[in-house]
Amino acid sequence: MAQEEINKAVSGEYTLGFEIDIETEVVPPGLNEGTIRFISQKKEEPEWMLDLRLKALKKWQKMTEPHWGHLEYEPIDYQSISYFAAPKKGPESLDEVDPKILEAYKKLGIPLEEQKQLAGIAVDAVVDSVSVKTTYSEELQKHGVIFCSISDAIRDYPELIKKYMYSVVPMTDNFFATLNSAVFTDGTFVYIPKGVRCPMELSTYFRINALNTGQFERTLIVADEGSYVSYNEGCSAPTRDENQLHAAVVELIAMKDAEIKYSTIQNWYPGDENGKGGIYNFVTKRGICEGENAKISWTQVETGSAITWKYPSCILKGDNSVGEFYSVAVTTLAQQADTGTKMIHLGKNTSSTIISKGISAMKGQNTYRGLVKIGANATGARNYSECDSLLIGDQCGAHTFPYLESKETQGQVEHEATTSKISDDQLFYLRQRGINEEDAVSMIVHGFCKEVFSQLPMEYAVEAKALLELTLEGSVG
Amino acid sequence: MKTLEIKNIHAKIGNKEILKGLDLDLEPGKIHAIMGPNGAGKSTLSKTIVGHYDVEVTEGDILYKGKSILDMEPEERALEGIFLSFQHPVEIPGVNNAYFLRTALNAKRRHEGKEELNAAEFLREMKKHLEMLGMKADMISRSLNEGFSGGEKKRNEILQMLILQPEVIILDEIDSGLDIDALRAVSEGINMMKDGKRSFLVITHYSRILDYIKPDYIHVLKEGRIIKTAGPELVAHLEEHGYDSIVEEA
Repeated sequence: MAQEEINKAVSGEYTLGFEIDIETEVVPPGLNEGTIRFISQKKEEPEWMLDLRLKALKKWQKMTEPHWGHLEYEPIDYQSISYFAAPKKGPESLDEVDPKILEAYKKLGIPLEEQKQLAGIAVDAVVDSVSVKTTYSEELQKHGVIFCSISDAIRDYPELIKKYMYSVVPMTDNFFATLNSAVFTDGTFVYIPKGVRCPMELSTYFRINALNTGQFERTLIVADEGSYVSYNEGCSAPTRDENQLHAAVVELIAMKDAEIKYSTIQNWYPGDENGKGGIYNFVTKRGICEGENAKISWTQVETGSAITWKYPSCILKGDNSVGEFYSVAVTTLAQQADTGTKMIHLGKNTSSTIISKGISAMKGQNTYRGLVKIGANATGARNYSECDSLLIGDQCGAHTFPYLESKETQGQVEHEATTSKISDDQLFYLRQRGINEEDAVSMIVHGFCKEVFSQLPMEYAVEAKALLELTLEGSVG
Repeated sequence: MKTLEIKNIHAKIGNKEILKGLDLDLEPGKIHAIMGPNGAGKSTLSKTIVGHYDVEVTEGDILYKGKSILDMEPEERALEGIFLSFQHPVEIPGVNNAYFLRTALNAKRRHEGKEELNAAEFLREMKKHLEMLGMKADMISRSLNEGFSGGEKKRNEILQMLILQPEVIILDEIDSGLDIDALRAVSEGINMMKDGKRSFLVITHYSRILDYIKPDYIHVLKEGRIIKTAGPELVAHLEEHGYDSIVEEA
């Protein structure tokens, strides 16, 4: 079959690339102590937070950017990026949110008017460096659940922040995490008290809007003993020729018998087919199962970004704790993704599951990189890994780097990997039954991703399917 | 009018010419059996009719209801009513069998300007076919052909035929790998489709399926051409004397 037709079928247009026309306050490009002081002051932060930021900056200035990923990109000039941008009008209530922002969120399919929302989903909306609106906060407070922007949390819940921030991803964990520690702007804080099952889905929607800025959000979720929370994040950005940097940090803490389900639908602007423009997505995500029987489950659907460097991980410290990683990563156009997970087994009878599905089309390069580490005391630890790659066309690539380190000989580790091409036979079979080529490709791809999509909350599974279709869509001639 | 007219078809796969001036007409309501030794071009003939991308037609024409189909995409040919039961149905992991069947049926219904069936209506429609074919109910909730036995795959092909109600039905080695129960169920499904209008092209190199599906014509395919056409009595002759005994008719 003609390769052009397939290419057309897998280079769907990015539909969220519009720009919100609002007045934005942007700090001039550059990163130094002054920048940090400016951010901290804008956020009206306490002194202790500023000190932590400055400490991180000093460390970062001595670090070098890592290049072990299977990624190729032009060097990033950290002095040419602006580290803070905020819509000028700071709202006090929903009535005061700039109507243009409300309109933009509506376009993204996320109405912020609470009464019109999908029942049972609370949203924190972040534009560039600030949270513009958090819905349902009061309703959640009745259950003792804290759901607010991280900036508010630093002011309102300093004890919780001091105790948990940097506890899973240390301040100087890696180059990008350290940068984030110094310059992080906004993000979400969630605390679920003991024994509480969070009554609604929580979600944060990140939007990069301003030109030449980076987005550096930080999210912290603490699930106290016996609690449960399902949290979702989504993201998008305007279509631009310049690359924009996104370096986020997410920390999850699950105490004894607690469960955190964290789902991501990442749809940052991917750049064009020649690799021009797009978001550089360098993210550190890590959770710790602190107590017995704790469970952390990461589910990600990655369709956007020019570059993705991201390894949501679990430290399984509590005995019998469980870590899960379900991932679909799509690289089309000239996108590159180096993504995977780390499962660190420390406690006894801990178990982890890794299901990774990579889809590459056009010139996309997709790498799975995963580590399963079994500590000396982790008797009875079990891991199951499955990494499957699907290639569409012959210019793309898939690479798998599974690492295993085991100090415990009784552990049970299984790894399976497959690479397949969408076969002409599969396509032909469906077409012989009257299904057109585009629908046939999307049917095969959905089938390939099924195990992961079934992990997403229902509304998001629908969104993920639609997004995948859009990403791989085009007019087949 | 003939349902399908294959006129002097020359077709190659890669650089190798396989069909070398093949002529064949399918008549409405008739069952045509194609028999021939391995490598004669039987599967290439079925691929050529449905427009498989491996096949390049270099000469000749194929008319369906009087119109040439050579420029039509595979899905257009399917929507117009040409169905191939594959010799080796592919497995498609994660694609639910019922979802696939309903998508295919609704594509056809759209093409015919009919309303699409919803899931409940579709399942009702399907249930009667499943029972007839002796298929377990869970077969339709599994992934398309994934982990199906040879017999289950062929039953699933026949299920698709019953649902899509095509007008030209090509059965490529439908009997290979079937035990006697599956062979009976599959034959029953095929016989149900006989309505005096549909044409069947049964490609086989065993005669045993022909005990269950009574052919009207036997065509012998050898070296890319039909070298003999006769009534069902030819089967016994072939059994006894083999393909080499057939000399091309002038």
